[in-house]
Amino acid sequence: MKVNGEIVTLTEPVSLKEFLEKSGYSTGRIAVERNGDIVPKQTYDAIMLTEADTLEIVHFVGGG
Amino acid sequence: MITKKDYDAMLIERHGQQVFDTLAKAHVGIAGLGGLGSNIAMMLARSGVGHLLLIDFDRVEPSNLNRQHYMVSHLGIPKSEALKDLILQANPFIHLDTRCMRITGENAPKLFKDCDLVCEAFDKPEAKAELVNSLLENCPGLPILSGSGMAGYGSSNTIRTEKVMKNLYLCGDRVSDIESVGTLMAPRVQICAAHEANMALRLLLGITEV
Repeated sequence: MKVNGEIVTLTEPVSLKEFLEKSGYSTGRIAVERNGDIVPKQTYDAIMLTEADTLEIVHFVGGG
Repeated sequence: MITKKDYDAMLIERHGQQVFDTLAKAHVGIAGLGGLGSNIAMMLARSGVGHLLLIDFDRVEPSNLNRQHYMVSHLGIPKSEALKDLILQANPFIHLDTRCMRITGENAPKLFKDCDLVCEAFDKPEAKAELVNSLLENCPGLPILSGSGMAGYGSSNTIRTEKVMKNLYLCGDRVSDIESVGTLMAPRVQICAAHEANMALRLLLGITEV
């Protein structure tokens, strides 16, 4: 699987939600694109990741 | 006083007829009118963008004066009204739609549906994420420009523009937040605002690369 341009190997079946939590992302501060499409937040739990997936995870930081 | 004819002639002389015409008919939405939004709006107005939709629920307060475009005379009035006052002094002929209201993930798609692109210019990371997710999900094809990482007084050169998703351009250093750095200062906020404003102009003029 590719995450933000880096190769990541999946060792066990994992949902997008679990993957994001294990990677330390705060789900209220991110946007995720999977294979070129934005992923609606309410579907994070239902999406099972595969080796063929490409994820772009944008983490927003405060200030403006 | 300056007439619309003189003002347009000045812009056409600077930019050329084609750039002038394209920008004059453009509609840009700006979500949040703080350090990023007030500066983005001023730059786009001076550049000749014809229509701006400016939305913020807040009023000008003393803590804004270190980086936002407002003046002491604006203290206590809604930012949308204060910014209208400032913009019309720089470009009296622009079409402004200003709203003093809170933008949510729910109302954003309807608010910004007629815009050619939207500049996200909020302060809180949760609000940034909520707006960006909502617009990317509900407004296919609408380019979003977002600011993330401009706190402090670190190097100017770490602030950059990146195309991070199909319709999302991110400006900032992506790490310097108010929580860890502790301060926001005018220069880096304005550098980030300028990145958003320049990418907005590029997109309006048909250039999609950063």
